[in-house]
Amino acid sequence: MSVGIHIPTNMLYLDNVTVSFDGFKALNALSLVVAPGELRAIIGPNGAGKTTMMDVITGKLRPDSGTVFFRDTVDLTQFDEADVANLGIGRKFQKPTVIESLTVEQNLDLAMAGNRGVFKTLFFKQSAEQYERISEIVSLIGLKEKRGDIAGSLSHGQKQWLEIGMLIIQEPELLLVDEPAAGMTDQETELTAQLLKDISGERSVVVVEHDMEFIKALDCHVTVLHEGHQLAEGSLSHVQQDERVIEVYLGR
Amino acid sequence: MNTSQGHWWRSDKGGQWLITVIAVVTVIVPVLNLVVPEDSVFHLSTYAVSLLGKYLCYALLALAVDLIWGYAGILSLGHGAFFALGGYAIGMYMMRQIGERGVYGNADLPDFMVFLNWGELPWYWLGFDNFSFALLMVLVAPAILAFVFGWLAFRSRVTGVYFSIISQALTYALMLAFFRNDMGFGGNNGLTDFKDLLGYSLQLDSTKNALFVCSGLALIGGYILCRYVVSSKLGRVLVSIRDAESRTRFVGYRVEHYKLFVFVLSAMLAGVAGALYVPQVGIINPGEFSPINSIEIIIWVAVGGRGYLFGAVIGAVLVNYGKTYFTGAFPEIWLFFLGGLFVVSTLFLPKGVVGLVKRRSMKRADEGGAKPEGQIETDDGTSAEEVSP
Repeated sequence: MSVGIHIPTNMLYLDNVTVSFDGFKALNALSLVVAPGELRAIIGPNGAGKTTMMDVITGKLRPDSGTVFFRDTVDLTQFDEADVANLGIGRKFQKPTVIESLTVEQNLDLAMAGNRGVFKTLFFKQSAEQYERISEIVSLIGLKEKRGDIAGSLSHGQKQWLEIGMLIIQEPELLLVDEPAAGMTDQETELTAQLLKDISGERSVVVVEHDMEFIKALDCHVTVLHEGHQLAEGSLSHVQQDERVIEVYLGR
Repeated sequence: MNTSQGHWWRSDKGGQWLITVIAVVTVIVPVLNLVVPEDSVFHLSTYAVSLLGKYLCYALLALAVDLIWGYAGILSLGHGAFFALGGYAIGMYMMRQIGERGVYGNADLPDFMVFLNWGELPWYWLGFDNFSFALLMVLVAPAILAFVFGWLAFRSRVTGVYFSIISQALTYALMLAFFRNDMGFGGNNGLTDFKDLLGYSLQLDSTKNALFVCSGLALIGGYILCRYVVSSKLGRVLVSIRDAESRTRFVGYRVEHYKLFVFVLSAMLAGVAGALYVPQVGIINPGEFSPINSIEIIIWVAVGGRGYLFGAVIGAVLVNYGKTYFTGAFPEIWLFFLGGLFVVSTLFLPKGVVGLVKRRSMKRADEGGAKPEGQIETDDGTSAEEVSP
């Protein structure tokens, strides 16, 4: 594997990863490679291991066996959640979890890339550039008017966007996005797909989703997971024609 | 309004009001006691001065608890332990100040050690004849305990009710330990018979007033410190931990470091409160470690209103005033009243007295913005009003 200094060959590299809970293999010899700047969709029926995979990548779970590398050389199994986040991996949860009692601005300020040390945050002063950066993001996620509003007062879709905004401002190189379109209206879904397409390119984005319309709108490579391993990979039309995929997931 | 850019102090109306009141009280009480002649109706007895001083210490303790409970969601049911440690530290200094004036007239050993036939001062009593060292210990002893306990608990991600239970076990274990005579802290009698502090007799009215003023200043200082902390970005990280701990980790914050910081800070504030309390009441014994004391602190904060800082101060003063009144007038029903108060405030005043006042003033200002609990406001406000006086 050649190791580039600035641009790695693989942004994310999972090989033969197995995780079991009391004998049940949530991930079974899963392998997955995501290139820099790539937008990748992951689909699969419930229990296919999508969330477990995210947990392994973000340091929440240690795999029983297998290797997980970020940027070719960083072994993610050695780190916990906060470390992984600071290495440049952002994660968005299925249920939007913004901090409801803080304002949109404060949520973004918390997520903004920067020193996470206790005393650094105690004496933190927002700079003009950081203020501008937040302005850019609130425009991007369509919450410009809501900048000073309490996040708890936002609609479901707006919370999803705020969380995506928090991910972007964290400036990760890899974004893991779990069901971003859940509970959104058609129009919101479309806008979300566009937003994710826009932010990939500069960074890698992995999207877990159930909604086929949404996957179609993303127009990217699709990986199908089933029972903890990769069943098929390719364009959406390619995997939709795969016999095994039809059998376990799409055709029924 | 842009809160993260705005000045942390200006937006805290409740705090400004509270500090003004405390400052006025801190000035007026000694005047009423020392200057106003005793036969005047405005004269305040020395007993009342010490009583008010005690309330101020409790208020500082409540503030310390609100800092961790209201903002970081850490419900410590053992915070009395840090208060007691601060009290013991200053108590040890005052024991050493007794010198030859003890019952046994032994200049080298406190009375209880002579009584136990101890030959010499244990190593951990060394240095306590020095006031500065004792003051340092008032901060350091609670800080070390909080650091070790917090480090173990937060690193292992012990949260919620589990944390509450082990914090309660901690203070209970300390109580049992301090009850033992061979611990060297006076056993179940604790430390008492204090004579003077920095050479000033504790019996003098002027000393009592000075201690009262110090308590007022400590409360004001403690309040400003806590307000600064919760208004900083760190304060927002704490709120984020309180509301979505796991999310905060994924944003890249080391949750355990933040919790440890605020827990240690809170323990130190509690220690200061204890150190001001003990000279005013004249005794410190293991009863201060009792779990019930720690639970009472939670009730003060809950009644006043959790997560406002000034609510904790108001709650501590209100409940303790009630306690003074009830334990005098109807001693046998005080605990029922305390329990009832907690039930009532949980059911009808989820945000305490402060929450009630805020709701009323918000209602007057008409619908300001979207409030999550908006729909139950009217119902709550009226029913709570009927029950609480």
